Amino acid sequence: MAAPILQVKELAVSFQTYAGVVSAIRGVSFDLMAGETLAIVGESGSGKSVTTKTLLGLNAPNATVADSSQILFGDQDLTQLKAGAWDQVRGAKIAMVFQDPMTSLDPTMTIGQQIAEPMVKHLGKSAKAAQESALALMEGVGIPDAAEHLHDYPHQWSGGMRQRAVIAIALAAEPDILIADEPTTALDVTIQAQILNVLKEEQKKRGMAMIFITHDLGVVADVADRVAVMYAGKIVEKGLVNEIFYNPKHPYTWGLLASMPTTSTALGTLQAIPGTPPDLLHPPKGDAFANRNAYALAIDHELEPPFFNISNTHAAASWLLDSRAPAVTPPLAIQQRQAFWQEHFVQEG
Amino acid sequence: MVDAHAKKQVALQDLTLTFNQGKKNAKVALDHVSFDIYEGETFGLVGESGSGKTTLGRTLLKLYQPDQGQILFDGQDVTAMKKKELAQFRQDAQMIFQDPQASLDGRLTVASILEEGLDEAGFPKDKQKRRQKVLDLLDLVGLNEDHASRYPHEFSGGQKQRIGIARALAVEPKFIIADEPISALDVSVQAQVVNLLAKLQKEQQLTYLFIAHDLAMVKYLSDRIGVLHWGKLVELGTADQVYHHPLHPYTKSLLSAVPEPDPVKEKAHHIQPYDASFEQDGQPRTMVAVEEGHFVLATEAEAKRYQSEQA
Repeated sequence: MAAPILQVKELAVSFQTYAGVVSAIRGVSFDLMAGETLAIVGESGSGKSVTTKTLLGLNAPNATVADSSQILFGDQDLTQLKAGAWDQVRGAKIAMVFQDPMTSLDPTMTIGQQIAEPMVKHLGKSAKAAQESALALMEGVGIPDAAEHLHDYPHQWSGGMRQRAVIAIALAAEPDILIADEPTTALDVTIQAQILNVLKEEQKKRGMAMIFITHDLGVVADVADRVAVMYAGKIVEKGLVNEIFYNPKHPYTWGLLASMPTTSTALGTLQAIPGTPPDLLHPPKGDAFANRNAYALAIDHELEPPFFNISNTHAAASWLLDSRAPAVTPPLAIQQRQAFWQEHFVQEG
Repeated sequence: MVDAHAKKQVALQDLTLTFNQGKKNAKVALDHVSFDIYEGETFGLVGESGSGKTTLGRTLLKLYQPDQGQILFDGQDVTAMKKKELAQFRQDAQMIFQDPQASLDGRLTVASILEEGLDEAGFPKDKQKRRQKVLDLLDLVGLNEDHASRYPHEFSGGQKQRIGIARALAVEPKFIIADEPISALDVSVQAQVVNLLAKLQKEQQLTYLFIAHDLAMVKYLSDRIGVLHWGKLVELGTADQVYHHPLHPYTKSLLSAVPEPDPVKEKAHHIQPYDASFEQDGQPRTMVAVEEGHFVLATEAEAKRYQSEQA
């Protein structure tokens, strides 16, 4: 894989609220390679959406990005970008697909106009040329009889078709990076599968990089090259998709994988993660996952674990990986995954 | 598994419901749907949005009046129920909603919310007994005494859903319709609520109709499953029959679209498209039993073909 197209270094974002300062992101670092798909997994409040909003300069006015944070994109640091300069990046170089296609489309503009707009604005196309490209793009994302529907309004379309339109708009200015924030969460499984295919095909065609935000591990398994698991404003584990699914090391990743049934999980074997995520108004001392973690060590309640490298591509922040930690037996569902890993990915001798 | 002697808690016979009947925009939401739900089982209902799953749940509770067909609850026809019988039925059959925030009164404490249910069930007015009952209910769903005096907004999504479940249990129902009860919850909390539902079913001998679009979760929790498509029940069988030996092409297509948290499998698998045009060829189709307990909506010829494709 090529050089990183985007480097996020020690990103920290906090929000001023009436109740105090909420530390939503507490030191997140990752690289995005050209042409790859990085999935960021986490539940609500884990900071995955704030991370992507920061990449697009879309945070609310009460958000503060720490001075030490860097987001390197080309020769720019996006954390230093002035309001006016964002127009050259947002929607042009980095585009976004949101979860709810109804609220991200303008109900007063035709679909055709909305797809053509970024081409006029960012690529300097004429209105007529943009209209033609919009038509081609609509066909590309699988909107049937596109010519007839160019002048339709969003309300005339189904959820799946609207999401295709949103993707066409995001692709219109030929971005280098596409951020998709829960793009299929509001859709039925059959429509979800179609939308994921559209995204994968467009990515291949254009060679663009994709950041895919989701809580659905099934979707991650389908689209991701690499995965970052977030919890309470931090990345707790990152690695290649197979490393995360078949050789996970962090107890939170174990918990997520063990609490999701597949179509062959037997009743009574689903293991829930107890408790609820911490309140980031008062981040806990030590590891934020410690009080929900059946494998927590005494030190987890005192000191945050650093990243331990498992391979060149795989790292997890858990004290269990320290050489002094006792050996533990992960949940059964995880042992089965690790057995698959041993069998298929670990070379003999 | 359902044995032949099991009692039918709910029996739907030829249920048909049309919205905007007689008007230009008339829409058949339920199209001759028949199935039974046995006492103590979990019946899962799957289908895409617009397939009629939620409409079916609401019709069952007599929130919509069907054009045709019967709903028997404990052998009594729900559609014909009047005042007193209806009041009893509304206690026996409860609903757990998708959005716990919207379904709990924000101005009442948790204790008051639960006591409303107790009033409905004619629970004695004795203060101490009521208090004890409220605490018992909270304990049942994994909450405690401290939670009783708080308001819904002070709780997380998973806790709110627990309150919704406690509220449903306050009237000591026999049958619970859970319509997407976990889809608004965080992944790490979904399993907690599903495990709670399974535990309560065992302890209280409850019968469930579980409606959800998360097909893996429905499979996990259900004994038998019905697949709805465009208001028609296209397949019915045990969870294992429907998921591991599907017959109807729609069921096959739907299942092929479920993403599994398994990258090697996921990246190799491909989705089977479904062409629904044959459904409108005008041929009469009935629920044909292909093996014991496993039915598919088909003509005789189609049923034979489905069966041979499977073998």
